Amino acid sequence: MVDVPETVVLEEGDITRALTRIAHEIAERNAHPAGHAAEGGTAIVGIHRRGVHLARRLQPQLSELVAGDVPLGSLDISFYRDDLGLRADAPVVGGTQLDFAIDGATVVIVDDVLFTGRTVRAAIDALLEYGRPARVQLAVLIDRGHRELPIRPDYVGKNLPTARGERVNVRVAELDGLDEVTISQARVLA
Amino acid sequence: MRHLLSIEDLEREDIERILSSAAFFADVADRPIKKVPSFRGRLVINLFYEASTRTRSSFELAAKRLSTDVLNVVSSGSSVEKGESLHDTVSTLSAYGPDAIVIRSPHAGAPALVAGWSGAGVVNAGDGKHQHPTQALLDVYVLRERLGDLDGRSIWIVGDVLHSRVARSCAQAFRKLGAEVTFAGPPTLVPKELEALGCEVRHTLEDIGDADVVYALRLQHERMREAFLPSLGEYTSNYQINSRRLKARQLLMHPGPVNRGVELSGEVIDAPQSLIIQQVRAGIVVRMAVLVEVLTGSHAADPTRQPLPSPEPQLA
Repeated sequence: MVDVPETVVLEEGDITRALTRIAHEIAERNAHPAGHAAEGGTAIVGIHRRGVHLARRLQPQLSELVAGDVPLGSLDISFYRDDLGLRADAPVVGGTQLDFAIDGATVVIVDDVLFTGRTVRAAIDALLEYGRPARVQLAVLIDRGHRELPIRPDYVGKNLPTARGERVNVRVAELDGLDEVTISQARVLA
Repeated sequence: MRHLLSIEDLEREDIERILSSAAFFADVADRPIKKVPSFRGRLVINLFYEASTRTRSSFELAAKRLSTDVLNVVSSGSSVEKGESLHDTVSTLSAYGPDAIVIRSPHAGAPALVAGWSGAGVVNAGDGKHQHPTQALLDVYVLRERLGDLDGRSIWIVGDVLHSRVARSCAQAFRKLGAEVTFAGPPTLVPKELEALGCEVRHTLEDIGDADVVYALRLQHERMREAFLPSLGEYTSNYQINSRRLKARQLLMHPGPVNRGVELSGEVIDAPQSLIIQQVRAGIVVRMAVLVEVLTGSHAADPTRQPLPSPEPQLA
């Protein structure tokens, strides 16, 4: 595979600051009776794979701001996608972990990049099979535009205008060894 | 994966991918809504030319939990009884546009033929004495759930190995995941030639205490046309797995249905070390995972459509 030149748009410090700001916005926007999600509190749910790591970083900050333990979960949306039948390979599954009741809670879905909106649609469907949250909100590190569905984020780390063919690469230290966001041209398919 | 015909066709990483989807579906099975929607409206045909309760019903349930439509065709009461050939039956059913065909047949190699005749993905649900790959995968799933991994574990497969497609598929799957497999039973049912599968062959249960797992096979009366055994009594006294032979630390498996009092004594079937019920439960989630493999890309195979690249977090 040929190396494609990448332009760095967010560095480690930028990502940390963006997440801190999002944590504050979530805390300001929502009511937080200390205690359980089920009693009207807020819960954080990351989408596999990088959303899970971003959610894991948001959770302690938010817990501190609301002086309570914010429940943290993860969602694997592989079997909720609308394009499985079109793909060549079976998905690699990460697993869903939601060991708290989401009925009545405000659930903030966390993902790295918001693009077409199809992943978020799948995530909402997957989430609703676990119960009936009072409301569902969306936090993303990057909004790169090009929506194909009527979906909008509630919290955005950075709006990043892109061409459709470009790629946005979000790297997190837990998986990739460093924190950064870059843009590159689309791989040219032979 | 286009088809699942034999464990031989799978690499270790294929098996591991299937097992991790199965684990995901095990969580789905604990929810109030036990279905996932991605394969809504796809058609799965179960074509069964041999008696089966658990395999057929678990494939049916697996397909339904993937939100597909399911059509069950069994040989008794169908045009098969009127003498229609396998080829003609498959051509007829293919006219319904199935995305997957699950086939059980008394003839080794039938699923491979069907794969050549139909555009659908084919899953082998047992073909003669040849293969029963989904049984092997679910057995591996159950064992990994209990033991973590199979590397270096000793697994004894005991009984009528000669007539058993389960034994063949399981031995291959266990070995691919690093276990050591021993076949044990009377020389007529466990011939030396089976060493060609890379397994040890024993004709007594003297050393069965070395096994971590004892996998008992069903004595298959319906496949035995010749006299393989002097008497049932002699078989049970030499080869039955009972509480005298099985130690508490050893796990017990059996593909079912059990001949109670023949290959297994009643008390071990219900003992805490018996995984037989877990095997049945795993049948659904593992078959869901196998159907996912075959259904994924079922439309990409259509030359009028462009396949998408593999999933990327990018497509958020």
